[in-house]
Amino acid sequence: MSSSFASPRMADPVLTVDHVTMRFGGLVAVNDLSFRVGRGDITALIGPNGAGKTTVFNCITGFYKPTEGMMTLRHRDGAEFLLEQLPGYAVNRNARVARTFQNIRLFTGMTVLENLLVAQHNPLMLASGFTIAGLLGLPAYRRAEKAAVERAKDWLERIHLMHRADDPAGALPYGDQRRLEIARAMCTDPVLLCLDEPAAGLNPRESLLLNDLLRAIRDDHDTSVLLIEHDMSVVMEISDHVVVLDYGTKIADGTPTEIQSDQSVIAAYLGVEDDEVEQVEAEVGV
Amino acid sequence: MATPAPTLAAPNAADRAATDMAAIVKDAALFALVTFGLCVPIVAFRTDLSQTSALDLVPRWGLVAILCGLVFVGRLAQRMILANRDARRALTPSPTQATEAVDATPNASQKLSSYALPAFLGVTLAFPLLAVLGTGGLGESRYWIDLGILILTYVMLGWGLNIVVGLAGLLDLGYVAFYAVGAYSYALLSTVFGLSFWICLPLAGLFAGLWGMVLGFPVLRLRGDYLAIVTLAFGEIIRLVLINWTDFSGGAAGISSIPRATFFGVPFTADEDGFAAKFGLDFSPMHRVIFLYYLILVLALITNGVTLRLRRLPIGRAWEALREDEIACRSLGINTTNTKLTAFALGAMFGGFAGSFFAVRQGFVSPESFNFLESAIILAIVVLGGMGSQIGVAVAAVAMVGGPEMLRNLGFLKAVFGDGFDPNEYRLLLFGLAMVIMMIWRPRGLISERAPSIVLKERKRISGSLVKEGHG
Amino acid sequence: MSVAGINVLQDETRARAAGSRAPLLTVRGVKTYYGNIIALKGVDLDVNEGEIVTLIGANGAGKSTLMMTIFGSPRAREGSITYAGRDITKMPTHEIARLNLAQSPEGRRIFPRMTVYENLQMGAAVNGGAHFEQDLERVCVMFPRLKERLYQRGGTMSGGEQQMLAIARALMSRPRLLLLDEPSLGLAPLIVKQIFSAIKELNERDGMTVFLVEQNAYHALKLAHRGYVMVTGTITMSGTGKQLLDDPSVKAAYLEGGRH
Repeated sequence: MSSSFASPRMADPVLTVDHVTMRFGGLVAVNDLSFRVGRGDITALIGPNGAGKTTVFNCITGFYKPTEGMMTLRHRDGAEFLLEQLPGYAVNRNARVARTFQNIRLFTGMTVLENLLVAQHNPLMLASGFTIAGLLGLPAYRRAEKAAVERAKDWLERIHLMHRADDPAGALPYGDQRRLEIARAMCTDPVLLCLDEPAAGLNPRESLLLNDLLRAIRDDHDTSVLLIEHDMSVVMEISDHVVVLDYGTKIADGTPTEIQSDQSVIAAYLGVEDDEVEQVEAEVGV
Repeated sequence: MATPAPTLAAPNAADRAATDMAAIVKDAALFALVTFGLCVPIVAFRTDLSQTSALDLVPRWGLVAILCGLVFVGRLAQRMILANRDARRALTPSPTQATEAVDATPNASQKLSSYALPAFLGVTLAFPLLAVLGTGGLGESRYWIDLGILILTYVMLGWGLNIVVGLAGLLDLGYVAFYAVGAYSYALLSTVFGLSFWICLPLAGLFAGLWGMVLGFPVLRLRGDYLAIVTLAFGEIIRLVLINWTDFSGGAAGISSIPRATFFGVPFTADEDGFAAKFGLDFSPMHRVIFLYYLILVLALITNGVTLRLRRLPIGRAWEALREDEIACRSLGINTTNTKLTAFALGAMFGGFAGSFFAVRQGFVSPESFNFLESAIILAIVVLGGMGSQIGVAVAAVAMVGGPEMLRNLGFLKAVFGDGFDPNEYRLLLFGLAMVIMMIWRPRGLISERAPSIVLKERKRISGSLVKEGHG
Repeated sequence: MSVAGINVLQDETRARAAGSRAPLLTVRGVKTYYGNIIALKGVDLDVNEGEIVTLIGANGAGKSTLMMTIFGSPRAREGSITYAGRDITKMPTHEIARLNLAQSPEGRRIFPRMTVYENLQMGAAVNGGAHFEQDLERVCVMFPRLKERLYQRGGTMSGGEQQMLAIARALMSRPRLLLLDEPSLGLAPLIVKQIFSAIKELNERDGMTVFLVEQNAYHALKLAHRGYVMVTGTITMSGTGKQLLDDPSVKAAYLEGGRH
């Protein structure tokens, strides 16, 4: 089976990473990495701790400029963006790549609703005529704000947080914060959503909710998902395509089933010699 | 279900309370001891010139005892109040550690604020009238109205800086620079080009805002302490330029005989074109002062209104989001540099307005008025008020500016410390003490809770412990 | 569920009454508040010398709060916490840390600007840095990753590596009681297994007592001698690891989540 076209959607990739290398001083965090994210796929990026997964994320989302290589993002209408050449904020605003963070970065002192409105900053800013129309209270802005609130309410409905809309985000339990961060990223209307360990610290039940949410995002929106995850129950359950990193290099790339039986992945990452992992999965998948 | 092992039972509550009490007394005694140690070299002996013009040491052990006793009682009271509160609040109600909701429950001061606000505004509006009635004459009220003007100037400056520090979380130690730009803009435009105050006022704001952008652009890449130091330096640079560029700014001598404010073109003079004659009043210099009072009140209220409005607009939310988490802002497509710049420029603009008001009120500007202490006072107003809280800043300005003035009337302390006691000498000491106590009592400022900018169903105030203070 | 829980608890109390091991840590009726919100509603729990005890429960149930309360921050408003015969309920955190108690806290809390080596030195500082070289070697064997990054700043490492560092730092003081808050968070499956087997080894070989808070209940219960289940600030069940694993209501409670 050709591993570079694990899914039929890979022929039309939303993101192509070409020969990306990232060095910090003498340390090579990512080494000549190439992979594709198929449009409409959920792609998982897995690998041992310190393999460079988050570094890849930071390159894609504009927080680092890679030392070498290029990353191309394609919209459905054919528009192309070279992510490594965009300033940090434009990766989200123009190329429409959204992300979440390993240690949740919500605006803790703002309410849940405010968090979702900050995410719609750019369209609202336009509607407010760069503040001037908004300051004058023109109806066009009021309509736009109403629409933004509706959109936020929509997402609150989907992540079951409607009843906490007016509570500060920092007061939510951990699992809710995770889902709120995803909803906030989705409010920027991204074509590619990058999730850094979305299931970390979630219990199995919350993991199942997360799986449903991610599937819904893939199916109902024109949003492809790229995620870093250690929870194999999530990875195997929902991803269409898996890329495995070790020491900054790609060691495997394929469908979840291919990856699960790949000897190098087992040795570097899964370590399934004893039957424990399967058992855990069986337990968890109830 | 039987309770396990009686040997493990904790010491009972009475025992523990007793040990706590003992610890508190011990702690208070320690404080008194330290006070004693400090008093011995400073307070215990006074040197007097005797008849033979030799130095006499006059021991004042009674005073030392009074001071030590005061510290002991004060610390005791503080510990007993705090011990109770600490136990309730626990030591680190850090939201990041809280796994369950840490909600804000409205406290007394918040409930108060709902009707305190209209009352506050009412008093402010009627203040000149109250001052006149209270002192019994137009001329006699001058001190109070001048004080009112001074306080309102600082309220406005505090509100202006609040945009930068309180909302956007950028620590600006050189805010007075924009105050200076505004003041000199009016002074120069009016003396050189003869422009009227009403044309100069917006221009002064504009210039200050532009300076805010010019200074902000290189500076805002820095964060935290570095930003604070560089803004401090910029504040000093502006002052030094004003001192040394004599051709432009008149140097240290400043600019004098700046045209006075007019009542929309009608001057406050005694002749027949003057304000008094036109409105059929007896001439009094107080007309101008009262006019200035209402002018600064309107300017301050505009600052407040615009800020409150901006908070509900995307730009204001972006400022607050920036204070909460800059990295998350970038990931949401917010151009953080531009957003910071707008906060800096808008804050500077209001500083410029206040500056041109300062110039028109004084009729004279010199670099002396724009030293670092001014920046520090304005920043202290914002911090004491509670970062981001408009009403808190207003109350803090009243306390910070009005407080030292009130301390001028401390005659009653003579009864305590004897006739030789001059309260004016202790004014700043007492004021400093009041600030320390204030920060212990409310470490996050008078009003630490944040009001949400938009509400779906129910307005809840957000506990200050969740709100970040920004990091530059 | 509660009926089953009480039954298990009684069994367990009886087992203890029979007198096997001495309790090292005793928590009695502890209530903790955040502001006015109650986080722990009267928790009773024992950790005996030489045991691995695990606490499982959903997010927001109060597991981490209990762990932090044992360390005195936040303080318990009611109840008592006894460690090795001393009442530590009101003791300041730094004094508790000197009692040979170490913690790998929630959120890692490593010193980001210090190197890995310096972080480990900080961990060893509590007992004066005796056996530093020996302990360093031991944690480096346990986490080969840390050996590779020994002179790199803690904050520049990936999340999982920081987690390893937090655990290693806690081990450097050779604690008598080790408190671990979600050691498996953000770690690759292989590392999770390594950590759990390392905990087991430390317990069996060195007799280290371990109190473990885990989201990964299956792993934790398999490892632990005894376990407690926490739901919204109260212990609802306790028993041996195997008892709890076999109990159908545990699986239900665990999958149901801690919220009502």
